[in-house]
Amino acid sequence: MDDQLIVERAVSAQDIKITARGVQVYYGDKHALKDVNVDILTNTVTAFIGPSGCGKSTFLRCLNRMNDTVAIARVEGDIRIDGEDIYDKRVDPVQLRAKVGMVFQKPNPFPKSIYDNVAYGPKIHGLARGKAELDEIVEQSLRKAALWDEVKDRLKESGTGLSGGQQQRLCIARAIATGPEVLLMDEPCSALDPIATAQVEELIDELHEKFSVVIVTHSMQQAARVSQKTAFFHLGSLVEYGNTSKIFTNPDDPRTESYITGRIG
Amino acid sequence: MTDATSANVPAQPETSAPASSLLLQTDRMKRRNAAESRFKAYGIVAICVSLSVLFIMLWTIFSDGVSAFRQATFSFDVTLDAARLDPNGNRQRDEMMRVTTIGYTGLLNDNLIVYLNARAISTEGVTEREIAAFISRDTPARLRHMVIEDPSLLGQTIRFEGFATGRIDGYLKGRVTRDSAERDTNISVAQLDLADRMVDDGLLSLKFNWGFLTNPDASDQRPEASGLGVAMIGSAYMMLLVAIMVLPLGVSASIYLEEFAPKNRWTDLIEVNISNLAAVPSIVYGILGLAIFINFAQFPQSSPLVGALVLTLMTLPTIIIATRAAIRAVPPSIRDAAMGVGASKMQVVFHHVLPLAAPGILTGTILGLASALGETAPLLLIGMVAFVANYPSGPLDGGVLDPATALPVQVYSWASRADPAFIERSAGAIIVLLAFLLIMNILAIVLRRRFERRW
Ligand SMILES: Nc1ncnc2c1ncn2[C@@H]1O[C@H](COP(=O)(O)OP(=O)(O)O)[C@@H](O)[C@H]1O
Ligand SMILES: [Mg+2]
Repeated sequence: MDDQLIVERAVSAQDIKITARGVQVYYGDKHALKDVNVDILTNTVTAFIGPSGCGKSTFLRCLNRMNDTVAIARVEGDIRIDGEDIYDKRVDPVQLRAKVGMVFQKPNPFPKSIYDNVAYGPKIHGLARGKAELDEIVEQSLRKAALWDEVKDRLKESGTGLSGGQQQRLCIARAIATGPEVLLMDEPCSALDPIATAQVEELIDELHEKFSVVIVTHSMQQAARVSQKTAFFHLGSLVEYGNTSKIFTNPDDPRTESYITGRIG
Repeated sequence: MTDATSANVPAQPETSAPASSLLLQTDRMKRRNAAESRFKAYGIVAICVSLSVLFIMLWTIFSDGVSAFRQATFSFDVTLDAARLDPNGNRQRDEMMRVTTIGYTGLLNDNLIVYLNARAISTEGVTEREIAAFISRDTPARLRHMVIEDPSLLGQTIRFEGFATGRIDGYLKGRVTRDSAERDTNISVAQLDLADRMVDDGLLSLKFNWGFLTNPDASDQRPEASGLGVAMIGSAYMMLLVAIMVLPLGVSASIYLEEFAPKNRWTDLIEVNISNLAAVPSIVYGILGLAIFINFAQFPQSSPLVGALVLTLMTLPTIIIATRAAIRAVPPSIRDAAMGVGASKMQVVFHHVLPLAAPGILTGTILGLASALGETAPLLLIGMVAFVANYPSGPLDGGVLDPATALPVQVYSWASRADPAFIERSAGAIIVLLAFLLIMNILAIVLRRRFERRW
């Protein structure tokens, strides 16, 4: 594959945040992810697209070691964030996950107040000294997640009482609150209606100024709308990775083209 | 109304005739519907049968048992003759103790006869001895206790309330009849006639008897004095201890098995064992308790502590199963969310999973305790069926090591005594037990309703 070429072009343009080399994932005997090499850039939205079951979520979950919680999963290869091997023995996944936040497919706020949802991460990581500082973190996170104005008067109400779109933005605020550098989002809009989707997409667009955002999506329109880089996965392999505009207009690989034009999927 | 709408609604257009009419049922549909209504009927019959069995059961228990809460009670003036009750006249406690219940019996008998004469109640055909036999043996003991506690009563005339004997009580409740009295050496028809006159006078009546709930058990000769006090204390101690022991054990075992244990052959084996233990007959736990806690560890027999240990072992599997179900019912998305912001496994469990599973755990525990409360067989084996006439001490003064009985065991031991008066009390004890079970189950339901969460 000519991944190498693309990567070199990118390096000259922007800093690299995450590098993955030769990543293999097995679920028991099943080889779910085959030899994935990719470089994810700072302050960029990277979209993972591909047919269902091709390993997008699996790869995403390698980046914050959420696969550790799956007993039968085995990860091989080398994944580095800012040059540090995240699978090194000395790395505590708990610390890694504060640095690499995650937003899930279905909005999953804790059944606690809006305030407590956002404050939970900073609390367990000891990021705030005192109530005032915690209040500040909560407000800033909710502002960055474009939710502050809607909830500022009812921070004590339950997070599960919000609408689906608000819940998802609350989950984004919760992820932002631990001060991450990378945000992973696994199909964050697939459970939302079109209006909520538009709001979240707008938010993602704003977020990439401060974070490296990696988003899995099954909607190619969404990938085209929000991302600067796109990676196409097929049957556990990374088929093609490059600028979003190139992938959608002039893909190199025939499989990418088939998928874009709707023949695979 | 109809005119107005029909005026606005355009007429249905003509269409082609249907190939098969929707207005007629096909044979297949008819058969299917018939099967459905037959199935419904079976269900209704089944429910009716179980409801009527339940109703018959409750009706028997209540018709037999409600009377246990009321007792034939004398209420008459007693002159506490100081010369008889304190012969030395110095009100010294230990000297007054020398007058035994026999002395008080004589005093009561004399006072009763005086009262009968004063009220002009005819005693024809009844000897003085037979009149004395009206008064329960418990009554003089109670009077004696009263006087010794408060010697200032001596010399006064007080309105005293005391129980009548079991036969008279039975007569007022319809258990003893004139027919049965003819065949009974303990009671005569003439005595029953006198009882009738006493009731007319108001001297003798059925009164609510708190003693049934508070008194300890009593000997075969005076069923009227027996009560559930010791049994209730014993049951309460046991439930307290079971709750204290079973919750931490059950919850930590469940958390470990659900959240931390690797899935391998060992945990599979443990899993199978827990399910099997839940099905082990309770008497087996009694034998286990006898062997381990009494014969080996030398804990005192009949003590609530041993009972509670046995019941803990017995309810533990049930509680582990309920707790694991409650933990498993917490959606994985909550765990993902907590992991995703960097919570450790412990934090996920203690900050999120346990609080969400708590109502389920509590409900399971209450239901487990309720089944332990009604458990009899294992307690028989560890000696809790003994006759215990003294209250155990307070829970902090080692009361859990004192001999006690339990509610279901009391039901069993009263039901196996000869005097029919105990059968009535046995049914009364069942009512008390059912009331406690009902309260616990309602509590469980309320908890579940109140804290049930929807995600
Ligand atoms: N926990 C798991 N256990 C076993 N197999 C899994 C697990 N998660 C995912 N897989 C398998 O790995 C493959 C990739 O899954 P996934 O990464 O979820 O795909 P995608 O997100 O692209 O739809 C699928 O074939 C799926 O069946
Ligand atoms: Mg997926």
